Amino acid sequence: MSAEELGFDPSLKKKKKSKDSSSSTPAPIEGDANDDDLFAGLKKKKKKSKDKKDDADPLAANEEEDLTESFEGLKLKKKKKKKSTNIINNDDDDFEKQLQEAGIEEISSNETSNKLDLIPYSQLLDRFYNILREKNPELAGGQQQRLKIPPPEVLRDGNKKTVFANVQQIAQVLQRNPSHLIQYLFAELGTSGSIDGEQRLVIKGRFQAKNIEGVLRRYIQEYVICRTCKSMNTELKREAANRLHFIVCKACGSTKSVTSIRTGFTANVGAMKKKK
Amino acid sequence: MYPFADTGDDETELTNYIHIRIQQRNGRKTLTTVQGLPAEYDLKKILKAIKKEFACNGNIVKDDELGEVIQLQGDQRLKVMEFMVQTLGLKKKNIKIHGF
Repeated sequence: MSAEELGFDPSLKKKKKSKDSSSSTPAPIEGDANDDDLFAGLKKKKKKSKDKKDDADPLAANEEEDLTESFEGLKLKKKKKKKSTNIINNDDDDFEKQLQEAGIEEISSNETSNKLDLIPYSQLLDRFYNILREKNPELAGGQQQRLKIPPPEVLRDGNKKTVFANVQQIAQVLQRNPSHLIQYLFAELGTSGSIDGEQRLVIKGRFQAKNIEGVLRRYIQEYVICRTCKSMNTELKREAANRLHFIVCKACGSTKSVTSIRTGFTANVGAMKKKK
Repeated sequence: MYPFADTGDDETELTNYIHIRIQQRNGRKTLTTVQGLPAEYDLKKILKAIKKEFACNGNIVKDDELGEVIQLQGDQRLKVMEFMVQTLGLKKKNIKIHGF
């Protein structure tokens, strides 16, 4: 979906920028220069750290490695960049450790604050966003944890009916009234149907899961996604005064009117036609 | 990228959408209906051209509320849209395709 590209949240925008500049598509020359700077600083640091390691028992070193490992998972973006630098430099491992160390120990001790001066801004920014995303995904745009819509469970009921088993569930995830969704489905598919005892939707006609999925997707486009911020966290409200439906976004607070569902023209088919 | 930029779909032209729908018949047969063509077009001529081009039958149905509707045999949705855009010079954003 193009939702991400059109993200509007100012913080999000910043994030995008930072990502671009730091990780995904850095200008190669600039990146190299950055790295060189980094490593120049590192060589000094390396000595220091080695001294430290000699003093400390191996256990501590182990711990550190564990931490780096656990940290690596969190910093996927960062790692990518490092991989590219791998080719250029051999003492990358030490470099990584250093970086991890600096990252983990926070700003508590004086030593690390000294080290922080040597880390380029882009990496710091990256780290900030990583932590922010980890602890406060809402503030970071929350785009990472997107609303997951369960795939529609579509079964055939006999020869001419289709059962859409998890309508209720999907409607709940989309924060929509199931009847609204069902109304839309019927209008789009040009059929009718009913709800059976287990709250499943029985649609007349043969439909495949992918068909239903396509219609659902359009429903989401039309009635769920906020036009301003592309968030799916919206509500559909009906204004009693003018009988219009409005999408109210819970993320950015914007409202937009949506058209009511119209069935449009349906031709009489088969038995119906004969009766007439 | 601007938060208050136009979202692209202004509601002014809401009424003159052309709706192309599909309807299931018995078995795997379908009907395609084209609703809301502007009145200045001659539906009969369009139908004739479409029938010839898509090699399908079709007819014009008069609906009380929606005016005249072209009905075609089979799933002709994409073809009809292409035809409307290229031959009739209609805008793609004014055409809505419904159905699965």
